[in-house]
Amino acid sequence: MYTQTDVIKDTTADGPEGELVINMGPQHPATHGVLHLVITLDGETIKKIEPHLGYIHRSIEKMTESLTYRQFTYVTSRMDYLSAHINNLACAMTVEKAMQIEVPERAKVIRVLMNELTRIASHELWIGAMAMDLGAFTPFFYAFRERELITDIMEETCGARLTMNYMVPGGVMYDIHPSFQQKVKEFVTQFKHKVTEYEDLVTNNVIFQSRTKGVGFLSKEDAISYGCSGPVARASGVSCDIRKLYPYEVYDKVQFDEVLDTAGDSFARYMVRVREMNQSIRIIEQLIDSIPEGEFQAKTKAVLKPPKGEFYTRVETARGELGVYLVSEGGTTPYRIKYRSPGFSNLSALDHMARGSKIGDLMATMGTLDLVIPDIDR
Amino acid sequence: MFLKEYIKDVVGGVTSLLKGMRKTGYYFFHPKEIITEQYPDNRATLKLAERFRGEVVMAHDANNEHACTGCTACELACPNGTIKIITKFDMTPEGKKKKAIDTFIYHLELCTMCNLCVEACPTGAISMAQNFEHSVYDRNKLTKKLNKPGSKVREGVE
Repeated sequence: MYTQTDVIKDTTADGPEGELVINMGPQHPATHGVLHLVITLDGETIKKIEPHLGYIHRSIEKMTESLTYRQFTYVTSRMDYLSAHINNLACAMTVEKAMQIEVPERAKVIRVLMNELTRIASHELWIGAMAMDLGAFTPFFYAFRERELITDIMEETCGARLTMNYMVPGGVMYDIHPSFQQKVKEFVTQFKHKVTEYEDLVTNNVIFQSRTKGVGFLSKEDAISYGCSGPVARASGVSCDIRKLYPYEVYDKVQFDEVLDTAGDSFARYMVRVREMNQSIRIIEQLIDSIPEGEFQAKTKAVLKPPKGEFYTRVETARGELGVYLVSEGGTTPYRIKYRSPGFSNLSALDHMARGSKIGDLMATMGTLDLVIPDIDR
Repeated sequence: MFLKEYIKDVVGGVTSLLKGMRKTGYYFFHPKEIITEQYPDNRATLKLAERFRGEVVMAHDANNEHACTGCTACELACPNGTIKIITKFDMTPEGKKKKAIDTFIYHLELCTMCNLCVEACPTGAISMAQNFEHSVYDRNKLTKKLNKPGSKVREGVE
């Protein structure tokens, strides 16, 4: 292992003339994230990008080995904090799969509704942050206005705005708030009306288009070989939506399209996310009026003890495919948990995508990857 | 040819910019549609959701009695070691020893508000409160004793 100063010293001593190594990040933990990229430049052209990870590593996988099956779901909210619900769902589903718990129909519908609201909230935040990376400050506030409605709904039903811990093995923690359905309907109406504002502000903006079109190209073959998933891979034409390919909960009963694009550049990734929000709205509209009556949580034992064996679940988070691999020894705590996080694989393609482009384009490439650093480091 | 494209680019850029400016200008002249909350100034009218999880509290009634039996279910359910329960043995009128709660120690600085302790409590003794302004100058103040001095278990709660 070498320190930051060593990196600079080594490459400037040995590298050819005109090459420059700069450190991008790590920034303050309160800002975008603590990603540290060591970029080798030839003039303004990027020759190599080396991400340095581990600044926000909390050893979540090791931590879960000492937590019981009821406790370990809450930690995963801290991985990909923007899709906390979906992470919790993946963990809850793994335990349910292992223990063969039948989840009530009502809980399943509530889970899908919450998942789609989370997905919209995550994409909203991403649009704001991405536009801000490219120098547009106003869309950030517009995106957060709609996101605020979702966090209010979450706060009312789940009791928290970001780290909800609402999905528990066997169902959901509480029943939905009496005003949940009405609030969601209000949100859907407002979202449909306001989403056109993004088109005026961001999508149709000439500066935004010229900064993203053709930038950070990723071909279909490369997207597959780097293991990309989620909107990053779908913008390159890889059909990889887990909701469609391996439906879980009630995704097989609702109508929605898998959003695909073939351009593979930053603008395609942007468009995929915007269209995905509309698909999420479509799913919500289908389910919001038909939440079945019944229990919101299955009857489970106080202490969960899955049988000995290995279990794997995959879900589609806002960023891509999240896999939870659980090894159980039959005790009250997991023997081993491995998370396959979407952010890590998507980041691995960054070097390939940005090589040969100008350093100014790196912001667009990195922004459209939608990296959440705690998800990469865990 | 080059000049024509250049002018086209400039005109297109300015048009798209003005389109965006029209949107922002609309909100400039319609301040009622702005949804920002003036947080520290609106403390008196601030209304949080009833399920909002701010901190763990133990409800006491008028007789200074609570419903906590000291069963340590919450302590076992907590993933962070936030709760520590010190138990004692009370003498019942029949002269038998009975386990009871002495002190309910709650470390607010370790708490992640995951609600697992409230879910685990068999008697409904603890609940989540809406207070979210927890900052203090001394971190020792974050370690709290939830049962009030002199309080005891309500009759009939097992």
